[in-house]
Amino acid sequence: MSTATLTDTSTWDRVRHWSPPSQYRPVLATLALLVGMFVAGGIRYEGFASPQVVLNLFVDNAFLIVLAVGMTFVILTGGIDLSVGSVVALSTMIAARTLEAGWSAEASVAAVLLTGTALGLLMGLVIHYFDIQPFIATLAGMFLARGLCYLISIESIPIRNATFYNLASEQIPLPGGLYTTPSAIAAVVFVAIAAWVLHRTRFGRTVYAIGGSESSAMLMGLRVARTKVAVYAISGFCASVAGLLFSLYMLSGYSLHAVGMELDTIAAVVIGGTLLTGGRGLVVGSLLGVLVLGAIQTFISFDGTLSSWWTKICIGLLLLAFVIVQRLISRRQA
Amino acid sequence: MPEAPTRAPEVLSVPEVTETALGPVEPGGPGARGPVATALRHPLVWPVLALLVLLVIDVIANPSFLSIRMQDGHLYGNLIDILRNGSPVLLVALGMTLVIATRGIDLSVGAIAAISGAIACVYIVGADQPGSASTAIIACSLALAASVALGLWNGFLVAALGIQPIIATLVLMTAGRGLAMLVTDGQITTVNNDTFAGIGVGFVLTLPVAILVALGAFALTALVTRRTALGMLIESVGINPEASRLAGVRSRTIIWTVYVFSAVCAGVAGLMIAGNTSAADANNAGLWIELDAILAVVIGGTSLAGGRFSLTGTMIGALLIQTLATTIPNIGIPAQTNYLFKAIVVIVVCLIQSPKARAAFGVRRHPASFTAKAGTA
Repeated sequence: MSTATLTDTSTWDRVRHWSPPSQYRPVLATLALLVGMFVAGGIRYEGFASPQVVLNLFVDNAFLIVLAVGMTFVILTGGIDLSVGSVVALSTMIAARTLEAGWSAEASVAAVLLTGTALGLLMGLVIHYFDIQPFIATLAGMFLARGLCYLISIESIPIRNATFYNLASEQIPLPGGLYTTPSAIAAVVFVAIAAWVLHRTRFGRTVYAIGGSESSAMLMGLRVARTKVAVYAISGFCASVAGLLFSLYMLSGYSLHAVGMELDTIAAVVIGGTLLTGGRGLVVGSLLGVLVLGAIQTFISFDGTLSSWWTKICIGLLLLAFVIVQRLISRRQA
Repeated sequence: MPEAPTRAPEVLSVPEVTETALGPVEPGGPGARGPVATALRHPLVWPVLALLVLLVIDVIANPSFLSIRMQDGHLYGNLIDILRNGSPVLLVALGMTLVIATRGIDLSVGAIAAISGAIACVYIVGADQPGSASTAIIACSLALAASVALGLWNGFLVAALGIQPIIATLVLMTAGRGLAMLVTDGQITTVNNDTFAGIGVGFVLTLPVAILVALGAFALTALVTRRTALGMLIESVGINPEASRLAGVRSRTIIWTVYVFSAVCAGVAGLMIAGNTSAADANNAGLWIELDAILAVVIGGTSLAGGRFSLTGTMIGALLIQTLATTIPNIGIPAQTNYLFKAIVVIVVCLIQSPKARAAFGVRRHPASFTAKAGTA
């Protein structure tokens, strides 16, 4: 180590001048924000910065995490999926209705997953092969799913199935008197699988390539058509899984569940550092984005004097800050 | 599965720019084709046909559907209802058309409508004379001033900072409802002011005020964009902002202007909605109106890729959406399933307008028409 002092780049210099690779910077900013929120909350409110509050972020936002994972795939290709909120509602409806009709939990889950994935697949096919903008095609999907909800029932349907009930009330104890739920674990597993697919498979690299430039990806001979259709199917699948988690959370199916959830999802993905133009972003960022949204809500519920609408204003302001910073970064690089 | 490497249909569809705009105004007509063939090629044929089909279905279900009666000097009837209930969407869609023509999109219109209604109602409730006409006028002016400010904000993000329109307006879409609730303190603020309610339910010259306002705005917009160079400049910005700037067009100012215009339209629509119920509901006023407006614009043949727009198409689109919403309960289907039919209409109209879908379904255009149109473009 003594030789290091002879050269100009000492260890200290390297530490001092080290800056994270540019692809991780937005995610690190989100992480810093999250940590900052917890430090500020911990100073202001008693019990805010406890491990259980952090775990509860996962528990209460499990469905949003899964949605954000699917949305990340779509946004990375430069598309958008507005249908996810409605698909969540449709999933709760199908689950509640089939269980009410006496189906087994497994059959009900299969029906939900099939419907969501098929809807996503259909939208992907329309977007790619008929050249309809993702915004419009998924808007139609959003209306379709919401309309199907009302077709099933206008009233709210309670879920009384034993398997669902047990899963919903089950708590998994962790060391230190903490606990988590199966939903939260499922959400984390989803993030891990998505990260693996995006960074360790040919499919994942194609997703990034399409977001960078679709025509270049096509000229390189990548499977653009298959990948583009697949990301919408993945988003539909994630939305139906999120719908199942949401029906565990609410234990009912209702047409008015998850209204506007697609906006929360998009906001989470953007706050997580993914560019809406596609090609750049990490799925871990989307997870952090959801946690930031959850932390805002926790903050407001701990405060008690702030009204619920501050949540929306805060999300809007955060979105603004992130978008402007992203814009400045991309302008400097250009 | 074929990878479909060719992008040729897209390239060929570019010359259609001249075709969608208001027919008589645009130079360079379709040329030597017969009148029927020309009419069938007009992009508005399908939305108009869909509208007619809906009306025919209505008449079959309810033979007196089209009747309009005069009562106390006011016109009443289903057609008048369609026009009146469709007025807010038409207004918002007008602004949206110009925004989309510049290759933008404005998701915040619903939130702006809610804020506008909230400001007007809160001012009226807090005023010295809550029932007087002057209070209503000041309230509306305040609401519109706020709308202008919000439009300037959107324009600033898009034109000055260069943020993608969809995400720039998403900021206000998310925060806007929170702001509206901040204004109303989370309550549904009800007012008792005849002048203010008149914007939503009043009548002038036998017609509802809302219809007159919407049609007036439509006529004015059509006049300003199609009888002056403004419309062409907006389209040129939508095709290529940088090239337009180099050609001497003030791209930024134009983009800024369309967002302000869109916000003002949304503000007026918000006043209509608030006037209709004499109340400001920060959560539900103008909910999903941005989606309906975008739908109306797209059904009307304005491409989301920007560069061309059709105000007539937007009006037909808005009427189609409202007629659909009226038809569903009229033929005895629960009104909530409206969404389902809306989805079907969007898909069908978009597929019919998509060059790729036409090619896939074997609707081939005459090869000569491409070259003819390419010449005029």
